[in-house]
Amino acid sequence: MKLEWLLVLLVLSNLRLLASGRLGAKIRTVAAQGILLGLVPLLGSSGHPGVHAIAIATAGIVIKGFFFPWLLLRAVRETRINREVQPYVGYLASVMIGLAGLAGAFLLSRQLTPLPGAATSLLVTAALFSLFTGLFLIVSRKRAINQVLGFLVLENGVFLFGAGAMGEMSLLVELGILLDILVAVFVMGITLFHINREFDHIETNRLADLKD
Amino acid sequence: MNFNWLPPLLGLVLAPLLLGVINRTKAFFAGRKGQPLLQSYFDLARLLRKGAVYSSTTSWVFRLGPLIGLAAMFTALQLVPMGGQKSLLHFTGDVVLFCGLLALGRFATIIAALDTGSSFEGMGASREAFFGALAEPALYLSLAALVRHTGWSELSASLGVLSERNWVDVDPSLVLVTVALLAVFLVENCRIPVDDPNTHLELTMIHEVMVLDYSGPDFAFILYGAALKMWILGSLLIGIVLPALSSSAALNVGFSLLGVLGLAVLVGIIESVMARLRMIVVPQLLVVASALAATALLLGVR
Repeated sequence: MKLEWLLVLLVLSNLRLLASGRLGAKIRTVAAQGILLGLVPLLGSSGHPGVHAIAIATAGIVIKGFFFPWLLLRAVRETRINREVQPYVGYLASVMIGLAGLAGAFLLSRQLTPLPGAATSLLVTAALFSLFTGLFLIVSRKRAINQVLGFLVLENGVFLFGAGAMGEMSLLVELGILLDILVAVFVMGITLFHINREFDHIETNRLADLKD
Repeated sequence: MNFNWLPPLLGLVLAPLLLGVINRTKAFFAGRKGQPLLQSYFDLARLLRKGAVYSSTTSWVFRLGPLIGLAAMFTALQLVPMGGQKSLLHFTGDVVLFCGLLALGRFATIIAALDTGSSFEGMGASREAFFGALAEPALYLSLAALVRHTGWSELSASLGVLSERNWVDVDPSLVLVTVALLAVFLVENCRIPVDDPNTHLELTMIHEVMVLDYSGPDFAFILYGAALKMWILGSLLIGIVLPALSSSAALNVGFSLLGVLGLAVLVGIIESVMARLRMIVVPQLLVVASALAATALLLGVR
């Protein structure tokens, strides 16, 4: 039951990401998502959480809940861009599309046979919806920070899917993925800063204007 | 003993009191003494004693508006159960009639406002139609989620099967429905994050601007209808939050009554601590409410 609550909160935080234009608020939402996600392995395993689950939870919460937001908030401060002004898809339309995606996620997760290890079918739904939200954020927004956030949400979905499909997941694989995105976000944060310094903006649609 | 008749009667008598409670709460927060609790009753009595003035540009539509509005609210009141008591009027699918009556009341007000020929009222009618169109999905989706959750398309039965179990191991979909309905409650009753009932500044008004041309008994009908609407939506919300707990019917109704008055206090608190939202932000609030209700419905359909 507690896990179900966590997953509903995850779904709502995804909707909030679609509805909000302020980058600071979005970064904090993704951070909250990281913390919620860190709790999933603890609640997901039946009985007492093992050492594996605790290690993954701690690493996940520290990296996704505190390190990434710090890095990205710094990037926002450096680039002095704090909101997405004109996204390709408006915020209200984004929420509508998000709801359609949520319905699709429910339909799709019904088709999949839940594995015996999975605690609730909502896990797969929330994972699919996170994947959808992440991809949608990447394609529908212009400011490059949104692409980083979309990537993080996408990875959250993959993580959740792993937690649902595997039950007891491999510590090494999960930590490896965590290290990968750590490096990726680190690089992206620095790249953002450099793009901004060179071109005075971080709008992805204008990056194609270079031609030299 | 059957207490079927009690909830509608309480609604008819106590609905204007809610406005008094809200005003006293706001006065308390502002450090004022505030108007008497029964001020809305005094207003109604005063208006009923007066004669009505009709502009020569208006037709029968204008005169019919308040009557239809009040009749719709009166009928809707008979559909809403309270404290585990079945409502006077209940049948399978009465949820749809409930929504229809609320929409009919809105339609009567809008068409009557348009009938005055005043551009000012036309603006109010346009806003009411716009926000109404956004509030209705939130209300319908909430009710659909409730119906899906409880398995009954009859308001009385649907709220009747809810019990404290729903709140002990807290149910996500019911919480989502509650939040969505609270937003609908504030929008439909023109309370603060959306509309300021005290203001008479043309740029900000929605509901008040549509009823500016009414006077005397007609205006009393409109005020009373608005109070009934607040009572109806409030007791619906309280019916979800406070299911019937004890076996005594009178006690249950008493608890629900306290719940509705508590809701009025909550509205007063919200109005005291929040500023009115900018007009362009209101649709976002409503779309978020619809999104919450839709999520609740999807959780139920799963």
